[in-house]
Amino acid sequence: MKGLISSLKLPLIAVTAAFLVGGVIVWLVGDDPFFVYELFFTSAFKGAEGIGYTLFYATPLIFTGLAVAVAFKCGLLNIGAEGQLIVAAFATAWVGLMLPGWPTLIVVVLAMLAAIVVGGVWSGVPGVLKAKFGAHEVITTIMMNFIAFGIVSYLTQYHYRKPGDAILETYPIAEVKGGVVTGTHLPRMHALLAPFGVSFPEHIPLNLSFLLAIGVCVIVYVFLWKTKWGYELRAVGASPTAAEYGGISTSKNIVIAMVISGMLAGGVGINEVLGYRYRYYDGFSPQYGFTGIAVALLGRNHPAGVVLAAILFGALQRSALFINIFTDKVSKDWVVILQAVIILFVACEEIFKFRSRRLKVAAE
Amino acid sequence: MTDGPKYAIEMRGVTKRFGALVANDRVNLAVAPGSIHAIIGENGAGKSTAMNILYGFYKADQGQILIDGEVRSIEGPSDAIKLGLGMVHQHFMLVDTLTVTENIILGAEPLSGMAIDFAKARARVLDLSNQYGLQVDPDARVGRLSVGQQQRVEILKTLYRGARILILDEPTAVLTPQEVAELFSILRGLREQGKTIIIITHKLAEVLALSGNITVMRDGKVIGGLATKDATASELARMMVGREVLLRVEKREAEPRSPTLSVQCVSLKNPDGGVALYDVSFTVREGEILAIAGVEGNGQTELIEVLAGLRRPDSGEVRLDGRNITPLGPHERKSLGVAHIPEDRRRRGLLLDFDLAENSILGLHSDRPVSGAFLLNKQFITARAERLVKDYDVRPPDIKLAARGFSGGNQQKLIIGREFDSKPKLILAAQPTRGVDIGAIEFIHRKIIELRDAGAAVVVVSAELEEVLSLGDRVIVMFGGRIVGEVDPKTVTEEELGLMMTGG
Repeated sequence: MKGLISSLKLPLIAVTAAFLVGGVIVWLVGDDPFFVYELFFTSAFKGAEGIGYTLFYATPLIFTGLAVAVAFKCGLLNIGAEGQLIVAAFATAWVGLMLPGWPTLIVVVLAMLAAIVVGGVWSGVPGVLKAKFGAHEVITTIMMNFIAFGIVSYLTQYHYRKPGDAILETYPIAEVKGGVVTGTHLPRMHALLAPFGVSFPEHIPLNLSFLLAIGVCVIVYVFLWKTKWGYELRAVGASPTAAEYGGISTSKNIVIAMVISGMLAGGVGINEVLGYRYRYYDGFSPQYGFTGIAVALLGRNHPAGVVLAAILFGALQRSALFINIFTDKVSKDWVVILQAVIILFVACEEIFKFRSRRLKVAAE
Repeated sequence: MTDGPKYAIEMRGVTKRFGALVANDRVNLAVAPGSIHAIIGENGAGKSTAMNILYGFYKADQGQILIDGEVRSIEGPSDAIKLGLGMVHQHFMLVDTLTVTENIILGAEPLSGMAIDFAKARARVLDLSNQYGLQVDPDARVGRLSVGQQQRVEILKTLYRGARILILDEPTAVLTPQEVAELFSILRGLREQGKTIIIITHKLAEVLALSGNITVMRDGKVIGGLATKDATASELARMMVGREVLLRVEKREAEPRSPTLSVQCVSLKNPDGGVALYDVSFTVREGEILAIAGVEGNGQTELIEVLAGLRRPDSGEVRLDGRNITPLGPHERKSLGVAHIPEDRRRRGLLLDFDLAENSILGLHSDRPVSGAFLLNKQFITARAERLVKDYDVRPPDIKLAARGFSGGNQQKLIIGREFDSKPKLILAAQPTRGVDIGAIEFIHRKIIELRDAGAAVVVVSAELEEVLSLGDRVIVMFGGRIVGEVDPKTVTEEELGLMMTGG
């Protein structure tokens, strides 16, 4: 419990400080900070509408935040979650397109598996390159991002696009008629809650993926801290030399960590394709993969922290639209600034910690 | 010295608290100018804290500091440097990729116009190194220098900044016997030229050989001060530890039985092609301790890593109880009863950011009963860690604390507990007491001997001749990756051994 409070302390300070700076910025451009923050809270957290959208926006960030966190626990920086989630999303839609007429449940399960497997494979490549040849994962994952963008755009454009469609997207895998969805999809929250007599707005795209994301958080937590495999993975991250001494293979764990990381990033494809748009829409991701780095950083690479950080970033994304419309001078980019300032403060804290450690080392 | 101030440095009633911990409790210290003054005490006695207050890393809560008889306020290292203080840390603060000269002038570069005047800097470094007998190539990259040479660079750095008072923190911890001798002659030379030297250490023989005066600290307090000529090792040890300490290892005659470890013609090349080990063969039997003497870097590290399964030899065989274990990795060897106390406990032996409980299972983490089919057995791990902490006297006895926060001695006790608990048949102990205080050294030696008497075969590598001679039942000497001879620890002299170690 004491550990929990102390680990929450610094991220909370960083967020509070960022909100103060954000207020000053609003004031500087000549608007009312209190009104903007009221708008932020009401749009993001008021009623089923606000909370529903906030959690919907948080869902992909939970997946990418976890992806970055798991890699980080093994001492790896996965910059490639963006590419991994894009190939995963495409694979999800592709399975749906390839198996028309199959029972929905089976196609949904296969599509989800495709998202996870393809994400894992895409991320496993840099993992193997690092383990076998020492190629730095930051470089290779970034390069894999570009390859992913190119291949997926090409496939969408030339092979799976409905002729005449103005938008770069694939054929749909599910149809929506009169609020009823038929075809390959995951149930939305209103459908999940209806049997319990709880009414939830139909138009909110929050879906089963959110619950999956929370479940995955629990699994990741248990894996990392309660199993021998998690111990090995973290040991490699903490000290490769000590891990080697303990009979732990660093190269094996680097590959495992990267594959798991990519599988987690692949979860975004499930939410996007099976839960939201029912097709692959090129350019759907507003850089979830990169925001995931921020989410992991703010969440201190812990699954619970990742959920909290993802909800905060989801809330910011939700409120951006409202702030854009209902204020005179603040644009939605203010939210991006706020996110950046949060990261800056979290990074400052790391610098501060690094400095104090250096001083301590010097003192010892 | 009659007209100058009586003391170069004086601390009066200096107190420093870290939270509830009183690291320095009314510390008084007086150092005469032009003398070598030793401050001794166990890890955590407050020596380093006191020196860090002098050097401005910490601010004292109470008390005064006088430099050359005047009360001074030292707000940071830059103030200390201005007042003529220089500090040589135990862990060097050097940039490996820069040259000696570049390292020395870093932060105090002589300029000509906008550019750094390297010629001038180099000349000044050469001057200093000649004046004080600190031979080192001003153009060499620091990363290529030996530890002893790097230390000279650190000393030159302080002299370059005009230090009159040098503080050296555990300067001999990382040095070979030869380097220690060289360092001592350098320090004596500096004293002859009027420098004041404070040396922090816990090696009694060195204190007695080098210093003029001694201050003993324990639990943050100054226990006493005395002139070195009036001091004896056992008296100093008693003052440091607070009880009688056995300075000599007490052990029965070894009763060796059948061979446990046999190494046959092992050779190993370094990645750069140099010879690390060449045709090394020896046998260690049940119930005996084989000590390996040698100047560091002559293949001992590689030999232990080969025996532990961390490196594969290019040729030759390692046999345990007659079985060829050469192709086995560290985990399989551990399962066969090989315990390994690594030379570098911070990099190899511990996961510094993991807590004690997690560190206590490193290497055993995938075996029953530590782990079931999927989950780690938390109950077992906790109970075992609690027991190890108690049996091996690890302080503070808190298994939830990160290993980083423990003193070297307590880190080492945890490693030894982890490795010895499973009653190994072969123990590989590399520098088992390096950087460990006297009380813990005694404890570690006793544990090693206990296991020997219980029938384990032990290989000890140590840079300390005294440890090699007192612990070893047999002693072999390594030089240039080869075994150059075996000596009888009861009859050999340190001089003879020293000569063999240097290839003479």
